[in-house]
Amino acid sequence: MKISSGTVRLIIPAASLTLLLAAVFYMQPRAMSYTGLNLLFNLAVPIALATVAQMLIMAVNDLDLSMGTFVSFCACVTATFLQASPAIGVLIFLGAIAAYAAIGVVIHLRELPSIVVTLGMSFVWGGLAVLMLPSPGGEAPGWARWLMTSRPPFVPMAIVASIVIALVTHFLIMRSSVGVLIRGVGGNVRSVERAGWSVIRLRAGTYALAGFFAVLSGIALVGLTTSADANIALRYTLLSIAGVILGGGEFVGGKVSPIGAVIGALTLTLAGSFLSFMRISPDWQIGAQGAILIVVLALRLFLNRLEKREKSR
Amino acid sequence: MNTARLLFSRPWIWSFAATTVVWVVTVVFTGGASSLGLSQAALTFAAFSVIVGIGQMFVITLGPGNIDLSVPATMTLSGTLALKLMDVQDSMIAVGLLLSILLGLAVGIGNYVLIKLLRIPPIIATLSMSFIIQSTAIWANRGLRIKPPDILASFTTSNLFGIPNIAIVALVLSAVAWVLLEKTIYGRWISAIGQSTFAARMTGIPVDGTRLATYVLCAVLASICGYLLASFSGGAALNMGAEYLLMSIAVVVIGGTAVAGGNSNIPGIWGASLFMFLVVSMLNTYGFGAGFRLILTGLIIIAVILVAGGRQSNR
Repeated sequence: MKISSGTVRLIIPAASLTLLLAAVFYMQPRAMSYTGLNLLFNLAVPIALATVAQMLIMAVNDLDLSMGTFVSFCACVTATFLQASPAIGVLIFLGAIAAYAAIGVVIHLRELPSIVVTLGMSFVWGGLAVLMLPSPGGEAPGWARWLMTSRPPFVPMAIVASIVIALVTHFLIMRSSVGVLIRGVGGNVRSVERAGWSVIRLRAGTYALAGFFAVLSGIALVGLTTSADANIALRYTLLSIAGVILGGGEFVGGKVSPIGAVIGALTLTLAGSFLSFMRISPDWQIGAQGAILIVVLALRLFLNRLEKREKSR
Repeated sequence: MNTARLLFSRPWIWSFAATTVVWVVTVVFTGGASSLGLSQAALTFAAFSVIVGIGQMFVITLGPGNIDLSVPATMTLSGTLALKLMDVQDSMIAVGLLLSILLGLAVGIGNYVLIKLLRIPPIIATLSMSFIIQSTAIWANRGLRIKPPDILASFTTSNLFGIPNIAIVALVLSAVAWVLLEKTIYGRWISAIGQSTFAARMTGIPVDGTRLATYVLCAVLASICGYLLASFSGGAALNMGAEYLLMSIAVVVIGGTAVAGGNSNIPGIWGASLFMFLVVSMLNTYGFGAGFRLILTGLIIIAVILVAGGRQSNR
């Protein structure tokens, strides 16, 4: 049986997630239940959505440093406008997605570094969020709350949602022709251009799609937390980048894996729970998270080497 | 005509032009009353951004993907530990500085060990490292806020001939960095690596050694900046480095350094640092709220990039 390189790419993130999960179950067997799993992975859904959004941007060789502030902005819109007058809320979201597309166009036309443009945008989104909600507050729309707290039979909502996100994005990015083109822009812009495709449209579309997933992330987050705050998701910028890398994605070359990205997001979420089960003092929690990140990446290097040795034999 | 063209071909000219405009607008708005105070404050606060910005610039010069996210955590830990060691004694000032520099050395080596041995992309490696450093700082910061030694505190807050001492320190460091970048073989090496790592390796440049030195340099500068900032603000705080993460990247790029690497300049960092501070203080004098201030800061960054960037196409 021939294993594709894409599958190999997935084995490592999946193995690290399984290992971490096994460690959590070993330390806290009660987590091995419907409620336990739901609690463990609850916050993973918005992180997974943000990671998918970041992955799209990374697929075209760019990087979005405004992800955290943008998700915070979306959370604020959800908790205020979308809750009070859904029509205006939807309009704002459409505007935000259009803004993302516009960023893609500007970056492409002027050949600007995406890091800087999104850095500037992070101030803009942060400012808009502060204007909407100067202090924490707002209320989650009933349907978002219902969706995020619903209890499907046998499998917790968080797991169902993660699988749905992974499968939908997998078909969108890995199986559809648009997905091939998006990854093509990251792999070799020139050949996509020579083949007659409009790279500017592709980039705008990719950014818009990323904006769409980030909007979903904001809505999901408010569905879980019931209220919002201008700083609610600031750490998502770094979490989403780390999630893509953990999931086997690369910064350049259009090498991304949607299923891997979702698994990466789950791993990062689980790392937090793992540490609280280990009763590590709060002082060292952040540091231990960094250490876990390093260990997982070291594991990936080790497995990569193993794979290479197999190949050369 | 020729001079003008030469001047406009310099990437850093734009950041200085923008700085001048903002300075004039602010001074005119306040009726000229604040021009000296504003300039001194701008020099002081820009100096901190310049010090971390230079380190970040060297790292960014190494090429795509090279960026040091551990700058804020390093600043915080350095400020915390140095003040703790000095314990308000004037005799310990030099020892505190030495500790800061050693800490920077350790962080820089740690960063590069992760990048090289574990083959982790620099963004993730320095991010993981920063988590660990931040935790150490939280652990070390327990207890009361320790004041800096008197001599050090008065040195960092006073002026020499009207120029803030901090700005002079930053100027000296920039001069050293400029010589390092433009006149030494090391500077040529990092530019060569940034333009093409493969070609640099083929020509026999010690790529790994140069990259290691660059990450160490960046961490040491961040450490020194943390030491000075903690002394300037009368004590270390856990979030004192936070705003310097985006700031260090922003000043490098607005200053005209190519994000793709291999092309950097130091004057631009000064222009951009002054610009970033002046924009915020201009918006403050106009009485904008925090939200509008953030939005306008962001839009101005993008506007500057639109005007200045994208000319040297290398895609």
